[in-house]
Amino acid sequence: MRSQNRTRLNSLRRAKLGLLGLASGALLFAGIAAAQDKLGKSPRLTGPSPATENIPAPPLARPVTDDIRKMRNYPEQPPVIPHSIAGYQLSLNTNRCLECHRRQFTEASGAPMISVTHFMDRDFQILSDVAPRRYFCLQCHVPQMNTAPLVKNNFIDMTKIGKGRR
Amino acid sequence: MKRLRDFIVRIWTAIRRPAVHFSLGFLTLGGFLGGIAFWGGFNTLLELTNTEKFCIACHEMRDNVYQELTQTVHFTNRSGVRATCPDCHVPHEWTDKIARKMQASKEVWGHLFGTISTRQKFLDHRLKLAKHEWARLKANDSLECRNCHSEIAMDFSRQTPRAAAIHNRYLVRGEKTCIDCHKGIAHQLPNMTGIEPGWQAPPDLRGVRPDRQSRLDPHPSVPANLVNGPARR
Repeated sequence: MRSQNRTRLNSLRRAKLGLLGLASGALLFAGIAAAQDKLGKSPRLTGPSPATENIPAPPLARPVTDDIRKMRNYPEQPPVIPHSIAGYQLSLNTNRCLECHRRQFTEASGAPMISVTHFMDRDFQILSDVAPRRYFCLQCHVPQMNTAPLVKNNFIDMTKIGKGRR
Repeated sequence: MKRLRDFIVRIWTAIRRPAVHFSLGFLTLGGFLGGIAFWGGFNTLLELTNTEKFCIACHEMRDNVYQELTQTVHFTNRSGVRATCPDCHVPHEWTDKIARKMQASKEVWGHLFGTISTRQKFLDHRLKLAKHEWARLKANDSLECRNCHSEIAMDFSRQTPRAAAIHNRYLVRGEKTCIDCHKGIAHQLPNMTGIEPGWQAPPDLRGVRPDRQSRLDPHPSVPANLVNGPARR
């Protein structure tokens, strides 16, 4: 039935459609041009510009290794890692992080235990060990480097919001 | 049986009889030079088997463990010191080296019969092979590590406080050895399920204050009820 309808389109309707298409095409083009203009002004976060250029990689920044716990910027923030993790193996076979941070080992290692939420699977059932969905620590917890931020950060601690301090 | 005995007796009498045609000078000097040639040749060949090039001549080593080594700090690092296979896997002392080389004849067997000839076979054997190395290094107090790293030469003030504290507590007191904690520093680890980290106290000492966890035997004059004192209760 649909094909029958299509063949019955009269010439007037076709012309109308064509005009509409042209107009929308022009609008789209203008929109893309404007967006590109904006994109060009925002800073590139990674890689050379233009992207096909080869530039030497900057030297690796030094990791923060002072072992002092960093305050979290908001309660749900995954704590950051205040030590180097260079060469740590984190695979299906072994998890170097848990060799210290697993509940059973914290007494000897002195490391903070993984959070209680990490024992919970997605159905909120408590398991006896880290839940599989929490196994790969570096998905959320990252070591810190002594380096300048890539973009300016306007984050305000929520306790300071509305107190006239910025 | 009688023929064998005759043979041995004949050899023995030949050895015992003084030489008729050769001079004493020829025999002693010849024996001396021959000994040098034999010993030199033997040791040269032995050292030839003690090179990385020799180790990775077999595809089992080249495709598995060597590739993993190239990703670690023992292969490339900021000071440019590199450890090759024999640095960690063969003792440097001659007697220990010969003992290890005799053990290694098992590896020739493994190569000939393809024990780890494929990647999957290697992965299947990985835990067993790793346990052999851990046991060997545990038994010789991490001798091969200590060929380069010694606690005497360690500047604890330049280690991170955490590392310095752990080394002070376990390494200096001789309670643990390098391999207890530093497993998998040059290769990928096998499935470590059930293998506890090195700093985990042995089961009978868990819950005991860390400074009383020493496994060293107390002096015989210390009364038994004072050993490990009140904290043990």
